[in-house]
Amino acid sequence: MTQTSGHAPAIDVRGLTKRFGDKLVVDNFDIAVPRGAIYGFLGPNGSGKTTTIRMLCGLLLPDAGQGTCLGFDVRREARQIKTQVGYMTQKFSLYEDLSIRENLDFVARMYGVPQRRSRVESALTELGLADRAGQLAGTLSGGWKQRLALAACLIHDPQLLLLDEPTAGVDPKARRDFWDEIRRLSRQGVTILVSTHYMDEAVQCDFIAYIAYGKKLIDGPAADIPRMVGLTTWRAEGTELAALELALAGQPGVAQIARFGASLHVSGRDAAALQATVRQFEARGTQRWSLQPAGLEEAFIYLMAGAQDNFAQGPS
Amino acid sequence: MNWFSPARFAAVLIKEFIQMRRDRVTFAMMIGLPIVQLLLFGFAINSDPRQLPTLVELNDDGPVVRAILAGMATSDYFDFIGVVQGPAAGEAALRQGTASFVVVIPAQFERDVVRGQHPDILIAADSSDPTAVAGAAAALGGIVAGAASQTLTGPLQPLAGTTAPFGVVVHRQFNPEGKTSTNIVPGLLAIILSMTMVMITAVAIVKERERGTMEMLIATPVQPLEVMAGKILPYVLVGYVQTAVFLVAAFVLFSVPFEGSFLAFLIGFNLFILGNLALGFLISTLARSQMQAMQLSFFTILPSILLSGFMFPFAGMPGWAQALGTGVPATHFIRLVRMVMLKGADSADVAGQFGALATITTVFALLAMLRYRQTLD
Repeated sequence: MTQTSGHAPAIDVRGLTKRFGDKLVVDNFDIAVPRGAIYGFLGPNGSGKTTTIRMLCGLLLPDAGQGTCLGFDVRREARQIKTQVGYMTQKFSLYEDLSIRENLDFVARMYGVPQRRSRVESALTELGLADRAGQLAGTLSGGWKQRLALAACLIHDPQLLLLDEPTAGVDPKARRDFWDEIRRLSRQGVTILVSTHYMDEAVQCDFIAYIAYGKKLIDGPAADIPRMVGLTTWRAEGTELAALELALAGQPGVAQIARFGASLHVSGRDAAALQATVRQFEARGTQRWSLQPAGLEEAFIYLMAGAQDNFAQGPS
Repeated sequence: MNWFSPARFAAVLIKEFIQMRRDRVTFAMMIGLPIVQLLLFGFAINSDPRQLPTLVELNDDGPVVRAILAGMATSDYFDFIGVVQGPAAGEAALRQGTASFVVVIPAQFERDVVRGQHPDILIAADSSDPTAVAGAAAALGGIVAGAASQTLTGPLQPLAGTTAPFGVVVHRQFNPEGKTSTNIVPGLLAIILSMTMVMITAVAIVKERERGTMEMLIATPVQPLEVMAGKILPYVLVGYVQTAVFLVAAFVLFSVPFEGSFLAFLIGFNLFILGNLALGFLISTLARSQMQAMQLSFFTILPSILLSGFMFPFAGMPGWAQALGTGVPATHFIRLVRMVMLKGADSADVAGQFGALATITTVFALLAMLRYRQTLD
């Protein structure tokens, strides 16, 4: 790898747009993903995450927009991109009527992996499935299917991993293991673009892009997102939280109220107005109030609510 | 990194073989179908039926008449169900369908035979189903002549030796075809291959799409030709197995001859299989679900049965139907198989059929390749 390509972003696209019929699924989407980064893709269902990922790896042809993926043109060089990208689909897409080994062998052949047999065997060993290699993939549990799918998209040592909600329906332990693996790959220089609904996964990303209804609402280093959204959050602990939630709704400065276990997080962008409201309620003495830094989760709940409002006011 | 990689083709090929082996029901169908079809069509469809109900209008009686009637009865074509009085009764029986034949022995038949006056026996046949009576009518001449020669012995010997001592007039012009199964069985091969080949490949791509594996498949650098060839070739081999099973059954059960060049058969057969597989693949790229693919397959199989000359004589169809039939691969393959198996044709005789099959196959394959999407659009 040359010096320049080492510094060039793994993904650099601008104005990516996709329509299905008259429905605008992805609208003028820009993203620049640095090499070796873990880039989180967040957004509600149907926000265009999957469509964007598919356009990046050449499965869908963009209606408009341009850019490069691993230095190859996303419109014209889909084949070159495909050889160096590992794409893990949202739904399990290996052959359920093929065994674990047969699936890995098939994928390895498709990518022309050198020393295929030993590569497949070592993948099986790494997976911990060497003694179950003859089992049909369809009989695996959700967690194992996910691990197999990851192993399959890593078999040709791709430079870029596109993971579309890889941990949906997987138990917490398996998710934790999965993310350990993702971080290990990232340390080895693999660029990873991962879409997710989970906040605990979002916080593991270096960068985050939040999209809703086909539009990117925010994009930046994960640590900067709350600041970029500009929320102030107050935390209320105590009793009668349900009543408090009702009473707070629509008060000056209160943009969002979210329940977190035994506490209520009250957030807003107008810090002064929010503080005034909070002081009033604090005076009643039912709850203990404390100011706390706004987290990613509040930021995203806020973004999502805002996006829905925009959508309700009429499509642009 | 070009348009065809043998390794990726091999990958698709191997995968298809494994999946075919795992799908026991489909595999059993592929092997069992030719046998079941052959038995059903070969035995059930019989345009040369025996034991046809026959009435006799006896206006004379004697040894010659009895010998003729006995000869007809033993031929197995005619089942004598009774005697009628007068032409009106016989006509009515034919019209009502209670009898397929009425044999009319004229008055003074015996005397006229002995006198060498060459009387005629009239055999009225129910012509509403010409194929049904064709075989029996064709056999009639031989039966009657044979019966007469047995009877005309002793002093009557000279009569048997000369030209026929009496005539047989059949009230219907027939076109004797011989055994039906000889004609049906070679055509049936085309129908069986059309059905299984088109249907199996028709679901090939749709199945990947429905199961969600298409997304993974096209995320790899695989090329359309690799997918198409890899998916089609295993079924070419299935077609070979089907045909082998079929030929053995046709030979053993129906004694269908194989007069012509096996090479000609083999070339035509391979072209035909490829044509059907390409058609199936094309359907697969058009259909949105496996259900749709099945329906579309049936839609293409009907012309193979109805317009190909399998069921009805091709020459008897109107011009537009012949034009449609010409676009159906089965039409050319049925002609080819009949020519090769029954008439002893060789490659040069069936060159026209080769050309037609190759053209149709190429068109289907090109359309399929154009329709095949490398994206999910």
